[in-house]
Amino acid sequence: MELPADVKKKLTLPFEEHFYAGHTACQGCGAALGLRYVLKAYGGKAIFTIPACCSTIIAGPWPYTALNAPLFHTAFETTGAVISGIEAALKAKGYKVKGEDGIMVVGWAGDGGTADIGLQALSGFLERGHDALYIMYDNEAYMNTGIQRSSSTPYGAWTTNTPGGKKHFLEQRPKKKVIDIVIAHKPAYAATASVAYPEDFMRKLKKAQTIKGPAFIQLFAPCPTGWRSPTDKTIEIARLAVQTAYFPLFEYENGKYKINMPSPNKEPKPLEEFLKLQGRFKYMTKEDIETLQEWVLREWEELKKKAEVFG
Amino acid sequence: MPKKVVSGNYAAAYAVKHARVEVVAAYPITPQTSIIEKIAEFIANGEVENLQYVPVESEHSAMAACIGASATGARTFTATSAQGLALMHEMLHWAAGARLPIVMVDVNRAMAPPWSVWDDQTDSLSQRDTGWLQFYAENNQEVYDGVLMAFKIAEHEKVNLPVMIVESAFILSHTYDVVDMPEQEEIDEFLPPRKPLYTLTDFENPFSVGALGTPADYYEFRYKIAKAMEEAKKVIKEVGKEYGERFGRDYSQMIELYRTDDAEIVFMGMGSLMGTVKEAVDILRSEGYKVGAAKVRWFRPFPREELYELAKNVEGIAVLDRNFSFGQEGILFNEAKGVLYNTDARPIMKNYIVGLGGRDLTVNDVKAIAKNMKEIIEKGKLDREIEWYHLKR
Repeated sequence: MELPADVKKKLTLPFEEHFYAGHTACQGCGAALGLRYVLKAYGGKAIFTIPACCSTIIAGPWPYTALNAPLFHTAFETTGAVISGIEAALKAKGYKVKGEDGIMVVGWAGDGGTADIGLQALSGFLERGHDALYIMYDNEAYMNTGIQRSSSTPYGAWTTNTPGGKKHFLEQRPKKKVIDIVIAHKPAYAATASVAYPEDFMRKLKKAQTIKGPAFIQLFAPCPTGWRSPTDKTIEIARLAVQTAYFPLFEYENGKYKINMPSPNKEPKPLEEFLKLQGRFKYMTKEDIETLQEWVLREWEELKKKAEVFG
Repeated sequence: MPKKVVSGNYAAAYAVKHARVEVVAAYPITPQTSIIEKIAEFIANGEVENLQYVPVESEHSAMAACIGASATGARTFTATSAQGLALMHEMLHWAAGARLPIVMVDVNRAMAPPWSVWDDQTDSLSQRDTGWLQFYAENNQEVYDGVLMAFKIAEHEKVNLPVMIVESAFILSHTYDVVDMPEQEEIDEFLPPRKPLYTLTDFENPFSVGALGTPADYYEFRYKIAKAMEEAKKVIKEVGKEYGERFGRDYSQMIELYRTDDAEIVFMGMGSLMGTVKEAVDILRSEGYKVGAAKVRWFRPFPREELYELAKNVEGIAVLDRNFSFGQEGILFNEAKGVLYNTDARPIMKNYIVGLGGRDLTVNDVKAIAKNMKEIIEKGKLDREIEWYHLKR
């Protein structure tokens, strides 16, 4: 379909679709939206590796696929290793990897498959310096298996194995900072991104394409099903996550930190604005909310310091 | 034909070099390490071109990286032992399920605890149901030949399954012997570049591999692997014959028979211990015993037909298992007995559990086993079905 020139001029994202209708994501799925942007960014010239996660199902059962790109389904903990092998094979066979006309090797894994069971393979991939991109789409729990907590689940969240109740057994541990673990490997490029800010995400995907060495993006991807949130609030929730500094957007490149706008310019919005749209936080007491708010602000201050010192 | 004096592990490494492997992903474990060290040395010395070496952080990732590489069309190799092989287990199923012709050398080593680095077949036999073909080498020459043939068999259009070449810890892996290696041009003729069934670089016609298979489809995927395993028997024989015609060592038989023509008692087993058995057979023959040896080269696919042909004409089979399935019996014994149940070939069969964790099986041991088998045959009755032969009492 050809767009009128004046409309085309206004587009900030590639018009072409490589993620097709007929995929099986839930309504309002942040992950599906994220995958759509990745496919747009690379025009389908990317090899995808997807471990056990929602996207295994979203991509469609045999013999269907919703992705207009080659896709290898793999076991839960192996994304980092499989993309390493794909990259090695491409190099052995003389293909151009990355760059404008090169092949992008993309691992697309959830937070459980990355922060928990896949952490070792991720570490190996980063440490060995493969020319590939690992994207962790972060919906903060094991959603595909039915909303169990992962190490990326935040303090105070309800999940099916932190169910609240009389003993107040909600998630008691803070969210694991996977991005910090990634940066400890001194990768070529690491960034956070959000489905609420597609232009920022797209710019980061392009950056990952041009930079040599391993790249990692942690993409904030709300899950209405698991977060007990209205399906039309995905973008609003994702935006508030950034505006409250719960999930600030930043980049790490060549040892330098850079906080990206639209992360809060001055004071972040109160965390409660982010929390109140989601049923998963409804069991939190006032003290719980204060605890989480404190954690968010402390992490935010730490990030700002890093950007100041290593900016 | 050039000859080299090499260890079993170096024989494997040379075969990898001569097969023009494109990706090696591996993790160190004793006694496998000298395979991947030698391959690294080939790269460092510029003796191989276009070989990508991925020093992964675990065996699980070694197999996962091989899977990624093989799905991208590369000829791919790895090697491991015991604990490493067990760690790979999940991905062994994945490699076969995704129909990837990866070749791996497993250096048979006993499973811990207690820690052991010595020879024992339980590690590889525990991978029996993963969809991998398994070849057990008797000596360093067979390690070398096995790896070269493995690529041709694995990559055959009717097979497209991974192959495991198995050698003994230390007895082969670290023991030097003469190995014939054909000229590179001759090998290139025997083993042309891989023509993959599919590759992830097909952007014109993108597809997904390994997507959800519902109950309406999964079953047929399994059947296709079962069928490919059956086809593999023919391919093994063809490739083994071709190898013999080209290089003088024939591998067209899945079970190598040694002096079995008029044998009453046959020793059956796999791997390096069969070298000792053959020597014992010669001595026993000179002493008037009608004995022979049946070396099972390929455990998967299992040579059912060849076993039947052998069993028809013998009175007793002593199955020597350097492995054990707890709660049952030796694994080769179990398989061989099962194959013969529905046939008219029912010789007396006894299971000798030998050499676990690297304990030596000597010529005298085999002679003692022959005497025991002879008594059993004369009485027409087993003393016991399973004997832990080396047990300290």
